[in-house]
Amino acid sequence: MSRAEVVESVRPVSPLWTFGLLRSELTTTFRRWRTLALLAVLAAVPVLVGIAVKMETSDGSSPGGGGGGGPAFISQITNNGLFLVFTALAATLPFFLPMAIGVVAGDAIAGEANAGTLRYLLVAPAGRSRLLLTKYATVVIFCLAATLVVAVSALTVGALLFPLGDLTTISGTQISFAEGLGRALLIALAVAASLIGVAALGLFVSTLTGSGIAAMATTVGLLITVQILDQIPQLHALQPYFFSHYWLSFADLMREPVYWDDLTKNLGLQALYAVVFGSAAWARFTTKDITA
Amino acid sequence: MAPYASDDSTTGGEVDEQRSGRRKAARYVVPVTVMGVAAATIGLVPALADSGDPDLPKITAQQLIEKIATSDVQQLSGTVKISTDLGLPDLGGLESSLMSGAAGRGEGGSSADPTAKLTELASGTHTLRVAADGPDKQKLSLLENAAEYSLVHNGKDVWGYDSKSNEVFHGTASESPKHEKGKEQQPPATPKDFAEEALKAADDTTSVTVDGTAQVAGRDAYKLLIKPKQSGTTVGAITVAVDSETGMPLKFTLTPASGGAAVVDAGFTQVSFAKPAASTFDFTPPKGAKVTEEKDAGKGAEKGFGKGFHKGFDKGEARKHAPKSEEGLGKGLGGMKTIGEGWNSIATFDTGGEGVPSGKGGGDLGGFVDSLGDKVTGKFGSGTVFSTRLVNALITDDGKVYVGMVTKDALVKAADAGK
Repeated sequence: MSRAEVVESVRPVSPLWTFGLLRSELTTTFRRWRTLALLAVLAAVPVLVGIAVKMETSDGSSPGGGGGGGPAFISQITNNGLFLVFTALAATLPFFLPMAIGVVAGDAIAGEANAGTLRYLLVAPAGRSRLLLTKYATVVIFCLAATLVVAVSALTVGALLFPLGDLTTISGTQISFAEGLGRALLIALAVAASLIGVAALGLFVSTLTGSGIAAMATTVGLLITVQILDQIPQLHALQPYFFSHYWLSFADLMREPVYWDDLTKNLGLQALYAVVFGSAAWARFTTKDITA
Repeated sequence: MAPYASDDSTTGGEVDEQRSGRRKAARYVVPVTVMGVAAATIGLVPALADSGDPDLPKITAQQLIEKIATSDVQQLSGTVKISTDLGLPDLGGLESSLMSGAAGRGEGGSSADPTAKLTELASGTHTLRVAADGPDKQKLSLLENAAEYSLVHNGKDVWGYDSKSNEVFHGTASESPKHEKGKEQQPPATPKDFAEEALKAADDTTSVTVDGTAQVAGRDAYKLLIKPKQSGTTVGAITVAVDSETGMPLKFTLTPASGGAAVVDAGFTQVSFAKPAASTFDFTPPKGAKVTEEKDAGKGAEKGFGKGFHKGFDKGEARKHAPKSEEGLGKGLGGMKTIGEGWNSIATFDTGGEGVPSGKGGGDLGGFVDSLGDKVTGKFGSGTVFSTRLVNALITDDGKVYVGMVTKDALVKAADAGK
């Protein structure tokens, strides 16, 4: 209690200490079986999509039924394996990726409280704000890691099953393979950034409850609810404020020239969610009684 | 007691408890404030960005029209937002298949065919990108969800590319350069196209005035207000925002006489008069793409870039903005006549009982189409009126069609007179 206060006021905690806390958080998170299983599921999605497209087109027919059905970019995969990256991200972004984020973010505080380890974390002279910030940083790094797992797995499968080479943007212009790879990396970053809103939401929910399962279920439930509401035309006035509304804007990076309007809207919206729910989580976490 | 972090101190004593309670509540002020600031920013920024109408020297309507006529913009690129609200029921895919079916019977079924694609513009809000470099190079792209439809005119080649289905349409533009140098070579669907069509109607039946100034796509513009003097037309007013420097129309708005939202609202959201990159107009069909050649696409397919567009557009929107240009529709359906003048002109033609999916000719589809219209009777016999917010069409039971931007009564009157 007040001993910690005295310590901090006398000797400021070195910034390196925060870094150490972050590192230990990261190792704890990424060593969990649950996290590894989530990443394995994410890595399996591009494999499934790749094999399905390969099988469907082995007789020379075009994928997606030829009429432009299926996830974005799917009709291009057979011509260039790099498009599997975009298709896999488009396929996982609506559900698999945010679900994984929801599980990790929901678990961040509530899971510790559930396991009775939160009080020990707080005994360390890190301070609650710092702990919360570290937790959020861990979740954001997980967002990036999860997206990169999907992208790298898709690139590997795409390179193994389909030809690579110069690619055609959706505007019909040609770009080199190297530039295509650069765009793929940008797209992965844009997808990872699209998830920081959900991450903040999940962290806030996590501070509300002492049960890790409840926090995860609430976050994933909210995610599904918002996605459904985003499909209802009568709510079009509200939809620009749903965190998932501009998610597919990452495809605009494949236009030539890039169409930035929706991309910047998406980033702004994610930042807004991060600030609002991040500060709400801070307000809740720094004032609540820790009983476990 | 529970361990508290360094930045929190609660010790015993009622005073402290009260103070800490207040401090707890105070923390929630932060997220609430952030939300409030965000809401205020979202609400206020458009209001603040609207820095008022620009101060431009006075100009007469005549001078402004001349400015548009002499405008010689050869190079531009920009983004156009088109919203059309004809009041048609939203039929989604059915609508486009109906329209493309009517526009080009027996086409090759390529989703990259310009006629099939551009009729989609007839409803909803769309974002287009246009780029032009002289009369030989233009590009028009229709931005879709994670896909794009591009129409590229480069020299004698016209390419249509649908990235969603990876299909390519190829045609030649050999016809267009000889008889329409400047006009139809402009990228279509720009506000300029709309404005030119509207100005064709500017005769004694129309009042044309300059209605102040406005900011469009960050540029200072004059507003030209075109209003029909006649009654009986469904057109309320047309506003064209003209760039004060280049004379290029930047925004076109058509409001119906019945009031409410604009029927057509097409304007640049971003525009640049610099030369676009040459690579913009390069197109080679991507590997594995299905290429449909124009001649394979059947007799209904279009020739040329601007024409293909105009025809598709004319049909899709039933010529809403072209009261005096009959070429598009007339070419397809011979024997077109025009009754009346100016805004009240009504196009009439005899289908001979086919070509329009009416109750008799169209089978099941006809029955469905009939259910969308209203039955009317008059001295001419009986028929069905299909109404939208702008265009009304009367199809009599003996196969005559009357179409115009006029009220239902005016159509019936025209049909009576024609009898």
